[in-house]
Amino acid sequence: MRDVAIIGAGITKFGERWSTSFRDLCTEAGIAAIEDANVAGEQIDAMFVGSMSAGRFVGQEHVGALVADYVGLGGELHIPATRVEAACASGGLAFRQAVAAVSSGMSEVVVAAGAEKMTDVGDSTDVLAGAADREWESFAGATFPGLYAMIACDYIHKYGLTREQLAQVAVKNHYHGARNPYAQFQNEITQSTVMNSTLVASPLRLFDCSPVSDGAAVVVICPLERAHEFTDTPIKVLASAQAGDTIALHDRPDFSTMGATVAAGNSAFRQAKLQRKDIDFVEVHDCFTIAELCAIEDLGFVPKGTAGKFTEEGETQLGGKLPVNTSGGLKSCGHPVGATGIKQIWEVVQQLRGEAGKRQVEGAEIGMTQNVGGTGATVVSHIFGRV
Amino acid sequence: MTVARFWREIPQRYNLVGTKCETCGAVFFPPRTLCPHCRRDGKIVPCKFSGKGKVMTYSVIHSASDQYFDLKPYVLAIIELEEGTRVTSHVICEPDDVYIGMPVKSVFRVLDCDGPDGVIHYGTKFTSDV
Repeated sequence: MRDVAIIGAGITKFGERWSTSFRDLCTEAGIAAIEDANVAGEQIDAMFVGSMSAGRFVGQEHVGALVADYVGLGGELHIPATRVEAACASGGLAFRQAVAAVSSGMSEVVVAAGAEKMTDVGDSTDVLAGAADREWESFAGATFPGLYAMIACDYIHKYGLTREQLAQVAVKNHYHGARNPYAQFQNEITQSTVMNSTLVASPLRLFDCSPVSDGAAVVVICPLERAHEFTDTPIKVLASAQAGDTIALHDRPDFSTMGATVAAGNSAFRQAKLQRKDIDFVEVHDCFTIAELCAIEDLGFVPKGTAGKFTEEGETQLGGKLPVNTSGGLKSCGHPVGATGIKQIWEVVQQLRGEAGKRQVEGAEIGMTQNVGGTGATVVSHIFGRV
Repeated sequence: MTVARFWREIPQRYNLVGTKCETCGAVFFPPRTLCPHCRRDGKIVPCKFSGKGKVMTYSVIHSASDQYFDLKPYVLAIIELEEGTRVTSHVICEPDDVYIGMPVKSVFRVLDCDGPDGVIHYGTKFTSDV
């Protein structure tokens, strides 16, 4: 297996992009990534596109081919494009498929994209509920916030998390998002903003939840040994891990522990031959505030039940021991579901190149991502380092 | 949900009938046709549950999909049946009355209907068993 490096990364502004279509979002991010990588279309061998539900959000299937066509890789170059789906982990998984294609020697230069156009549909709650068990969770009344709310209820019962600690996750992510020009919400908030927002699914309120968003993100990868042909600042893929779990939350032994995050995290650290203390910053899947707390515990950064205190003490904010979600996370940067996994990787690239501006983690050498599908039935985790 | 998709699961939806693996004794609701522990060595047979259980975790849903829009706020819970398996369902009670460990029993109720002239979906919900 060959080592793999990222040579380019691009992103669209996330948000309610009323005037921009699914294909134009992909083109916008794709051009940015390909220009950043300084590659010509003729040099690209393959493309993977992560999209959770283009079929239900915009009524468009076959989006691998659509995106390849509109970024100028389909019609004349006939580049193979494959759609990858694992609910909200579609982007991270598209990247992992791209890494597999390059590390195996099957391909040389590969594009990994993630995109979602969510604002064109009325009942996005119902589309997102398809990431859970449609017949035995969603049909029984479980919304997506409702499932994570049941995780939060269990967590609070076991560990005594305070409402303020949970709110601080969103406050911190908005602090970071206010420093990211591509974020959907670039405003800071306070704990009272969260605690006085409308109830969605108790105990989760509106500001505990990631928004409905449009957006796309794209990265370009190649064998590490060729990376300097394209860029002076390649980012090495140190680990690529994926793990699965039961589709339904009710079948998990412990609702507050995401077994797939534990498994993927352990696998990633083994591959990279690194310790938890070696990670300078992490982008985790905070689709809801409670999910970020579970993530940093399940990845092994802090003991179970202590992430609320760790967050309250400022350790996950810029300048803390472990900055978490410097992009603003899903909460503040936005969560176009298929794009999120690639956006996390885009953020790691900005940080490791030292190009993250006002949200730069000083001296960042090694970054990690954790991207969740559903309530944890798929988790994809990567570790990256400077070369 | 389409008519056929709902209809094929009526035995489970109306009567809380799941499955059991006779090899290892594990019980499943919703029903599984393959035991995830024994896989091909398992022997799956139907299993009817008593309907008695307790609330493991819950949420009061204030923002619902179109299907349950008229019911909000409603109590959603994961219930562990006394036989050991778990189910996600509505609990029919006041939002303030639900708690972790609350004893519940299954009841037969209307879930929703496909518009004023559409199919009525019946199924299982839970209510307090104190």
